Amino acid sequence: MEDVITKPLESQEYFINMGPQHPSTHGVLRLVLSLDGEIIRKVEPHIGYIHRSIEKMCEHDSYQQIVHLTDRMDYLSCHINNEAVCLGVEMGLQLEVPERVKVIRTIIGELTRLSSHQLWWGVMGMDLGAITTFLYGFRDREMITDIFEETCGARLTMNYNVPGGLMFDIHPNFQKRTKDFITHFKKKLPEYDDLLSNNVIFRQRTMGIGKLSKEDTISYSVTGPSGRASGFSCDVRKHHPYSAYDKVQFKEILRTEGDCFARYQCRIDEMWESISIIEQLIDNIPEGSFKAPTKAVIKLPKGEFYQKVETARGEFGVYIISEGQKSPYRLKFRSPGFSNLSALNHMAQGCKIADLVAIMSTIDLVIPDIDR
Amino acid sequence: MKSVINYFKEIYFGLKSLITGMRITGHYFTHPKEIITQQYPENRETLKMFERFRGEVVLLHNENNEHKCTGCSACEVACPNGTIEIIHKRVDVDGRKVKALDTFVYHLQMCTMCGLCIPACPTDAIVMANTFEHAVFDRSKLTKVLNNPGSKIMDGIK
Repeated sequence: MEDVITKPLESQEYFINMGPQHPSTHGVLRLVLSLDGEIIRKVEPHIGYIHRSIEKMCEHDSYQQIVHLTDRMDYLSCHINNEAVCLGVEMGLQLEVPERVKVIRTIIGELTRLSSHQLWWGVMGMDLGAITTFLYGFRDREMITDIFEETCGARLTMNYNVPGGLMFDIHPNFQKRTKDFITHFKKKLPEYDDLLSNNVIFRQRTMGIGKLSKEDTISYSVTGPSGRASGFSCDVRKHHPYSAYDKVQFKEILRTEGDCFARYQCRIDEMWESISIIEQLIDNIPEGSFKAPTKAVIKLPKGEFYQKVETARGEFGVYIISEGQKSPYRLKFRSPGFSNLSALNHMAQGCKIADLVAIMSTIDLVIPDIDR
Repeated sequence: MKSVINYFKEIYFGLKSLITGMRITGHYFTHPKEIITQQYPENRETLKMFERFRGEVVLLHNENNEHKCTGCSACEVACPNGTIEIIHKRVDVDGRKVKALDTFVYHLQMCTMCGLCIPACPTDAIVMANTFEHAVFDRSKLTKVLNNPGSKIMDGIK
């Protein structure tokens, strides 16, 4: 009795599993939350539920076959992943691909980025309770998947790049369809602002939530739009241009707030930049071959090769160690999702559970990319 | 006083943002022409896939039940998942034994539709078909034999 009177009410930490089948974790990610009431004290991500040992499989596959495995990692920016492997192999072979290939790769890469951001935008709204945005995001994404289906032959796992070039030339309708999409989407993108960005509920749920300082961004190596929202200039397209990015004019979107809304706004602004990149290139696709001749069995010279690209989520790296055989001795992927996830604990401390959902949406996790 | 003004300002801008969002919803509600939803499977007869769409691997046969496959196993080597299995036989051509195709086994359940087998084929014997309705009740039905019974190789294909 004495204790109850003298000691004030004490709270106790408890644990809750969020996932692996929670609808807002975007896949099989298990978060062990340490909670005090509704305040998050610690977030511990447990990964590995969709591990397919892609890196190990690569050690037994030829360099052409590796490309299609990268589709299954970050499936929303699969074309850019394919490009990374192809660029890495071409670097090892010291192969110069035709200009036409570079331009087409850039256009399709930017279309992939657009479609990824559209899906992210739809899902972001849905996570915060606005199902409407999901349908609008998918409506515009549908036009891009149609372009991909006509040119590459698949809607999601395209496998369009091969070491040395492209699997086949672009479809005759490609330019017309892309221009149609750009004119359509330029009218629809302001709607995104009206529907979600300026919405009072959405702004209150994202502004000032999940702050990440520039120093922490660099120490956790958070890249992509999530990193640029904190002022970390990390756009691989700008700093280490590959394909045709050195020929186009575009701004690197940087913001300084580092909260959820800054990350959101970064991606919306990036969509405008992607549109402008596609507009600069779509009429100037040079004539020529769509593939540089390669041997049927590609053998890289002995050595180590690293190639990085900018996917929709951040810096994606491919590190190939070759022993001169037809498959790599070791292949390591540096996936952006894994590094971005590592900062989650830091961002979410002191937030509520509902804020955690917003933070996870804005760092745009794709779980197969984390687990590989 | 200032806080009171801010309070009403917040309410005003909050309501305005909600109405802006609802206006877009209202626009699409009153303009059904902008709906892009396709009514599958009702539109099955009119649904046309793009010609490059990768649905499944098929071995082309002409009207005389002849195919172009020489049984060289290039597709089997190119396939990353072991989807294609070529079973050989030996046939007599001008008195010497030559390798030829006996059975072209295709495991659809393992296929990732990467399309690497198509450019690998030296005689363009296989293509990707546009079919996509692969659901069956028994998994064993997905293992297919692609060469028709009694089919043989076209003349002049080596």
